[in-house]
Amino acid sequence: MLSLRLYMLQRITALLMAPLVLGHLAVIIYAIQGGLSTAEILGRTQGSVVWFLFYGLFVVAASIHGAIGLRVIAFEWGGVKGVSLEAVTWGIGLVLFALGARAVWAVTFA
Amino acid sequence: MKGEMLKVIIERGPEPERSATEFEVPAYDNQTVLDVVSWVQQHADPTLSYRFACRVGMCGSCAMMVNGVPRWTCRTHVSKVLDGNSVTIGPLRNLLVVKDLVVDMDPFFDKWVAAEGVHHDSSTRDDPIAQVDAESQERQAANAGIECINCSVCYAACDTVAGNADYLGPAALQRAWTLLNDAKDDGRAVILDAVSGGGGCHNCHSMGSCTVYCPNELDPMSAIAGLKRETAKSFFKRRR
Repeated sequence: MLSLRLYMLQRITALLMAPLVLGHLAVIIYAIQGGLSTAEILGRTQGSVVWFLFYGLFVVAASIHGAIGLRVIAFEWGGVKGVSLEAVTWGIGLVLFALGARAVWAVTFA
Repeated sequence: MKGEMLKVIIERGPEPERSATEFEVPAYDNQTVLDVVSWVQQHADPTLSYRFACRVGMCGSCAMMVNGVPRWTCRTHVSKVLDGNSVTIGPLRNLLVVKDLVVDMDPFFDKWVAAEGVHHDSSTRDDPIAQVDAESQERQAANAGIECINCSVCYAACDTVAGNADYLGPAALQRAWTLLNDAKDDGRAVILDAVSGGGGCHNCHSMGSCTVYCPNELDPMSAIAGLKRETAKSFFKRRR
């Protein structure tokens, strides 16, 4: 149940996430190698526009990408159709966005 | 082979109460699956319904599931598909059964039309005959798909069709791709629109069963990939 618009949204968000995932993995490895403490990590992310944009974009892309992917599974495997399918897609997207946005906000500007 | 008997299981009757009937069929040299079905109909059970016409792999009417796999039965030697000494024959997957081995092909052909698998005039009879460059890339892409015999083997093989009844399917989308690349066809915009909807080419997961099972060794999966590329390009062009 993918139209051209949803297909392109999913591909474009995938393109966006490819470098962001690599950046995220690099951050994880860097943070544990040097044994950064929570306070040290927060010291670098608090008030940082760069980290806000990096993870903010990541959250937006991931919630759109994941919602469309799970929509296809719900339709083809779960038989969800019509208004319910739209509700499932938007529901998953909004929940993913809320969870991610809350975390990004907490480590940058909260 | 001569003198041996084959155990033939035919899955028959309309769904959902489809029942399997077992027959003993004499084995012959160079015997096709269609020969086996015909023997059953002529010698064991005259009520058995099935379709065939040309018997030489041109008309596309005799496709059935053979040991769970879609095949053109008139060109499939039974000796190549035997499981021990037995073979199971059933109606094509992904289509409603009318009776026994006969399925309703209407959805399959309706989707050809829905994918704009029809001719779109580019000129009239008063215009000079169009020159077609046989070596051009577009013509080569069109040639790759024109030997489709509408047998529905790819449609029966497709797991995306199984999970999404609206999906146009490999054969219809391959025809759309063929026409898109045909210099004599003027339907580019309508074809791209027709394959971009909720049942369009973007639902394909590229699992490739269509290309694996096509009896004419065509490659619908690559044709569908071509449609995805062209629709993606047009997506950006239309927004400029």
